[in-house]
Amino acid sequence: MSGWLQWLGRYALARIARLGRGSLFFLRLLGALSFLSNRPGLIVKQIHSVGFLSLPIILVSGLFVGMVLGLQGYINLVDFGAESSLGTLVALSLVRELGPVVAALLYAGRAGSALTAEIGLMKATEQLSCMEMMAVDPFRRVLAPRFLAGFIAMPLLAGIFTAVGILGGYFVAVEQLGVDSGTFWSQMQASVQLEDDVINGVVIKSIAFGVVANWIAVFEGYDTLPTSEGIGRATTRTVVNTSLAVLGLDFVLTALMFRGI
Amino acid sequence: MATTKTLELTVGVFVALGLAAFFMLAMKVSDITSLADEKGYRVTASFENIGGLKVRAPVTMAGVRVGRVIGIDIDRQNYEAVVILSINPKYDQLPVDSSASILTAGLLGEQYVGLEPGGADNYLKDGDRVKLTQSAMVLEKLIGRLVTSMTAGDKAK
Repeated sequence: MSGWLQWLGRYALARIARLGRGSLFFLRLLGALSFLSNRPGLIVKQIHSVGFLSLPIILVSGLFVGMVLGLQGYINLVDFGAESSLGTLVALSLVRELGPVVAALLYAGRAGSALTAEIGLMKATEQLSCMEMMAVDPFRRVLAPRFLAGFIAMPLLAGIFTAVGILGGYFVAVEQLGVDSGTFWSQMQASVQLEDDVINGVVIKSIAFGVVANWIAVFEGYDTLPTSEGIGRATTRTVVNTSLAVLGLDFVLTALMFRGI
Repeated sequence: MATTKTLELTVGVFVALGLAAFFMLAMKVSDITSLADEKGYRVTASFENIGGLKVRAPVTMAGVRVGRVIGIDIDRQNYEAVVILSINPKYDQLPVDSSASILTAGLLGEQYVGLEPGGADNYLKDGDRVKLTQSAMVLEKLIGRLVTSMTAGDKAK
């Protein structure tokens, strides 16, 4: 019995210690960001790897998510003669929820895991320690550019995902199923609000997810056990923790933003 | 590894795509013209019952959207609902004796305010009040009235 309690206590303490390390890490990361104004080239390179190289998966998934929404929405709405609301359905689901959330989940799998593995390997091969020996701060040189690049890329990716999804829905609804093109857009425009839906939904949510996803990815890489197995586990933890954090945070943000609507 | 030039080029393409996506979301998907309503002139109208009218519902005249509902309140004196309408300044020639009624789009659709023009030569200005109003049709009351008239008919037989 006491052995079990001791195990529970040790587990809880380890979790809390990790949370504390993560928070301190985040503060140090923010402190290192100001250095980047002198070295914009570092960020450009990272935006290329986390943003531009994530474009194919974001474009293709966005297209198919929008097409499925258009198809399913049509099948269910046509029974009520309400297929004219298809534009509203596709746009609101993408703008408010699916765009930022699915883009963040894909980002965690495509870019977050790569960030963790890269930083973890740097730690395992003692590159980070070498930098410290040479009086180069790895926070400034390695971690902060990756974090900031991801922070910039996430809202852009979410916006692209949403826009492509709406075009996919348009393609299925108007080109394939024969919904009137004018109705599709005008119903959408009548019900999607710029500040309530686009700013609250895509912009604020994806900024929040960008912070969380990149913080977790960079921290897991930095905090990894310096072994091959440790890097593998850290990569898995990045994807799992980011997905859980994004979905949980999405509920909180939705509850705060769309309470009155 | 890509050279700096191609690197910067790809990042430029990526950022431009992202901005274009947001531009599309703002212009094409959401109704950016709704921002113009905020600058419109304000007119109030009192109704006995506004049914399910909500803030941001459209205000139309002859089916054309001319503004938006920007506020709903209760008059403390006579307990009527006061609806504040913001009318696009483009439509500044609405006669003062225009009437406002709360209508429903379709059978169960969202409710909106419909304006009927009157014949006066003066036009509504900022802060004016629409005097002729017609309340929303409340489905329960309609059914209630129908049931009463039917039972009254039965008794007459």
